[in-house]
Amino acid sequence: MTDPLIRLRGVSVRFGRQQVLSNVHLDVYPQETVALIGESGCGKSVTLKLIVGLLKPTDGEVLFEGRPVHRLTERELTAMRLRVGFLFQGAALFDSLTVFDNVAFGLRAEGGLGEPEVRAKVRQRLQEVGLPEGAEAKMPAELSGGMRKRVGLARAMALDPDVMLYDEPTTGLDPIMTDVINELILLTRRRTSVTSVVVTHEMRTVQKVADRVVMLYPLSRLSAGEPQVVYDGPAAGLTEAADPRVRQFVLGEARDRLTELGGVYHG
Amino acid sequence: MDGIGDWALFSGRAIRGVLSRHLKGRELLHACFDIGYSSLVVVAVTGTFIGMVLAVQTYAQFHTIGLDTSIGAVIHMSVVRELGPVLAAVMLAGRIGTAMAAQLGTMRVTEQIDALACLGVDPVKYLVSPRFLACLLMIPLLTVIADLMGVLGSSVICLQVFGIEPYHYWEHSARFVKRFDLLSGLAKSVVFGGVLCLICCHRGFHSRAGAEGVGRAATEGFVLSFVAIMFLDFVLAMITTTIHDAFWPPAGARVA
Ligand SMILES: Nc1ncnc2c1ncn2[C@@H]1O[C@H](COP(=O)(O)OP(=O)(O)OP(=O)(O)O)[C@@H](O)[C@H]1O
Ligand SMILES: [Mg+2]
Repeated sequence: MTDPLIRLRGVSVRFGRQQVLSNVHLDVYPQETVALIGESGCGKSVTLKLIVGLLKPTDGEVLFEGRPVHRLTERELTAMRLRVGFLFQGAALFDSLTVFDNVAFGLRAEGGLGEPEVRAKVRQRLQEVGLPEGAEAKMPAELSGGMRKRVGLARAMALDPDVMLYDEPTTGLDPIMTDVINELILLTRRRTSVTSVVVTHEMRTVQKVADRVVMLYPLSRLSAGEPQVVYDGPAAGLTEAADPRVRQFVLGEARDRLTELGGVYHG
Repeated sequence: MDGIGDWALFSGRAIRGVLSRHLKGRELLHACFDIGYSSLVVVAVTGTFIGMVLAVQTYAQFHTIGLDTSIGAVIHMSVVRELGPVLAAVMLAGRIGTAMAAQLGTMRVTEQIDALACLGVDPVKYLVSPRFLACLLMIPLLTVIADLMGVLGSSVICLQVFGIEPYHYWEHSARFVKRFDLLSGLAKSVVFGGVLCLICCHRGFHSRAGAEGVGRAATEGFVLSFVAIMFLDFVLAMITTTIHDAFWPPAGARVA
């Protein structure tokens, strides 16, 4: 078997006194699409940021193509990041630039393309995420939440990355647009042999795009020594997982959590 | 202490960004225009008033000992050497420094700075370097405006209100205030401008989440800049006096 493209080895992350990840192992192989699921606040976004070196692990190592990310030189790190497309959970559009300039940003920064080629490429990317030409001249503040997300997706994909990291690509989209984005993720994978990590809460997205599903569990709910990755396997096995926590999550059942929330839900 | 080390690294990176020719002319022009447009009027107005206040305060003392015509020399010296540069710097910190801290803080909080890094752009070089250079270029201009208006304001009061005799007023002033004083004031202002910009940008980059965090970054930027300006003013005053004395020894020394 080939070596993993992305590898988290015994990674722990702590912010001040709050421990978010503890001894997490995760391997993502080339051309695989891994869905990362887990309840809100369990550290999914943090995991994605670790991969591109926006955050440094307090312990353990993050490897990209076998090399520790936090020991890359500045130039190597830049080169690595240019190969990765990152869709931020909040889209993170540059609010002083138009939609067009946002999507064109990476292309222009990298250089090598003439303005007409940039224009063509941006058009194509915006079309793929279902945005009309009229949106190009708008400022991010004038867009709806779902549109912003899609511009962020177009921007992340503009450089034809080898690796795509999607942080909740379909949250806040209507059901039809959700399916369009699901199809886009599949299409991108077929077309360019991309490796992807998709953070999502949508079980339909998981079922549709994921080769493998990894579920993280919030550290605060685990007793010491329990592994934080509670599921790592095919999407089909989720509902029959041996671990009741996994079944509870994918079926979306509150159960014992209601008692935890206090007397509000029980007369 | 940790913070100062981090700030020094940050500043080094921003300065290197100015030297490496990544800077876009248009961005720089935009930043310069922004600074000039928003600070020119406040600097001019406060400069005029400071000059006027100085004139009113000094006149009483000088008049009683019959040194009316020397007032100009004294006031213009303090304006050119101290008040002009400090005033321009403090206004720049208030108008532009806080705005920069808030802008960059918002970009940090909304992950735009992370997004820049992911698109292969160095956020410090891209965001801070043009602002830094614009501050360096614009603050001497603001200082000149503050100097001019300070001199103008004080002279209007002295000549028009107190009726001091103009010929000797200007004569004394011209003899007393040297080009060295003007230039050392301008040089000082450049140091202030650069430092306050780097402090405010650094605060913005390390802004905490939320509206409160961004607000705090802006206030911290201003307060720290203000303290730094005052501290540097003291240090630079010592240095310029030493330089001045080396070239133009004080009268006592010359006689000996
Ligand atoms: N920069 C940071 N500073 C301090 N704490 C942070 C920071 N980033 C994340 N955290 C904390 O880490 C925890 C995990 O955050 P993360 O954003 O990874 O959650 P998530 O799994 O993506 O949740 P969601 O599904 O709601 O997006 C949260 O409790 C958050 O408070
Ligand atoms: Mg998240």
